[in-house]
Amino acid sequence: MMNIEITNLCFTYPTGLEALKGISLTMNLGEQVAIVGQNGAGKTTLVRHFNGLLKPTSGSVSIGDWETTKQSVAKLASRVGYVFQNPDEQLFSRDVLTEVSFGPRNLGYAKGRVDELVQRALALTELADKTGTNPYDLSPTWRKMVALASIIAMDTPIVIFDEPTTGQDAVNVARIAHVIAELKKEGKTVITITHDIDFCAENFERVIALSKGQVLLDGPTREVLGQEEILAQTYVDPPQLTRLGKRLGLKEVVTRQEEFLKAIK
Amino acid sequence: MAFVNLQNVTYKYPLTKEPVLQNINLQIQEGEFVSIIGQNGAGKSTLCYALAGFVPHFFKGEISGEIEVDGRKSSESTLDEWVLNVGLAFQNPFNQISGAKYTVFEELAFGLENIGVPRDEMKVRVEEAMTLTGIRDLADRSPYSLSGGQQQRVALTSILVMRPRLLVLDEPTSQMDPIGTREVFGVVRRMAEEGMTVVMVEHKVEWIANFADRVIALKEGQILMEGKPNEVLTSGLLVENHFGVSRYTSVAREAQQRGLWKKEKLPVTLDESVEGFRS
Repeated sequence: MMNIEITNLCFTYPTGLEALKGISLTMNLGEQVAIVGQNGAGKTTLVRHFNGLLKPTSGSVSIGDWETTKQSVAKLASRVGYVFQNPDEQLFSRDVLTEVSFGPRNLGYAKGRVDELVQRALALTELADKTGTNPYDLSPTWRKMVALASIIAMDTPIVIFDEPTTGQDAVNVARIAHVIAELKKEGKTVITITHDIDFCAENFERVIALSKGQVLLDGPTREVLGQEEILAQTYVDPPQLTRLGKRLGLKEVVTRQEEFLKAIK
Repeated sequence: MAFVNLQNVTYKYPLTKEPVLQNINLQIQEGEFVSIIGQNGAGKSTLCYALAGFVPHFFKGEISGEIEVDGRKSSESTLDEWVLNVGLAFQNPFNQISGAKYTVFEELAFGLENIGVPRDEMKVRVEEAMTLTGIRDLADRSPYSLSGGQQQRVALTSILVMRPRLLVLDEPTSQMDPIGTREVFGVVRRMAEEGMTVVMVEHKVEWIANFADRVIALKEGQILMEGKPNEVLTSGLLVENHFGVSRYTSVAREAQQRGLWKKEKLPVTLDESVEGFRS
């Protein structure tokens, strides 16, 4: 199985900054996991171990039967796709089609498969009418979608999004939620770093809260997001409706609108 | 006379076909904290650039109408005169960092060095600004080693250190955790109380409702609506136009339909919702 196994992972940057201090986690194939926590908690450092951009100082990370220290980043790219927080760190081609085709082509897929994957990724991200445009002539919103498409097109079993909703308007947030739901249907693992806790509550089944390089909470979304006092340690506020339900004295933890309306009747 | 005065401003970038701003009329009083909302592509960043002088002085393009800040016309000023009065924090903090400096402290002193502030005063002003935004512990780090949210705090500090009369912030909290967001809104509110005029583009409507004096909703380069935060942020017009609204507002609107929300006025903030559902 293509699970992610993390055992006693520690990572110290060359500057001496201890970013991860003993993390052990398993993420199963097909899970939708959100990672939350304050700025500097180690969220990005953690996920950059999954595709081998960073290697553990001690401990280990395995993707299926591959230990990341024993594989090249290029090889790991066939199992783990990583969408950067800032699309400008990721995009380099002269037009959208070339950009989105680069990944699958680089993984050595046959031309027919490349075309199929690229068309699917472009349709999913609503970029089909922009294939000839230079990514840098697009607005930051659409550049973000190009970054998403170029990773989705690689058809990896595991996809990581680093703060996908940052600076996105409501329409685009819904678009990104749709992409995540589609990937879920295909049985892929989706791991997302986010500060948007309402987005997290509405789209993920498991939440991991990190604090100062350690796992503070890990479990089903409702359970984790209901722990207001513990979450406060890593500066995460529960979703708006959860906070409202609590203030109104509702017994159960609510995260979504329908649940809330039922509970106050 | 308003501190900021935009009269019929219409603007087109050199390579765009349609104007990005159309007939913008906007007056902002000194010390007012105005928040701008709108979808991606509505012209929010362009409006920030216009206030900060980058439009048209840096980006060129075609502009008509008049932009005035503190009685000075943008059309009659150069960019280096203009930026002494107006500070802009870019949407992407990465674009703000000079790349010329090794530490956050030096980065924050860079703007002051450029305008010839004496060394002793420079140190004091940098220390003060770092304390204000809570980044003293980052002073010796490389700006590039910071997380997105930390870089945003540095970018904001690098503007505050210049003590602009008009502070323009383009989504300054987009990569921040709630504590960072709370601190930024708190600092900005305080600056406004002290007389700094603030224009802030934001998507986080609950925070806007708690802190801003006025909200301007932009759509396709035009002002769709403006007014007091609660009035604008609970307006049905925003829903019709696919603006992001607070979950508190949407749940109360739905509850109102089902007879579970009795008040006429809808909430934007947690306190307003609690009060409304209890009554």
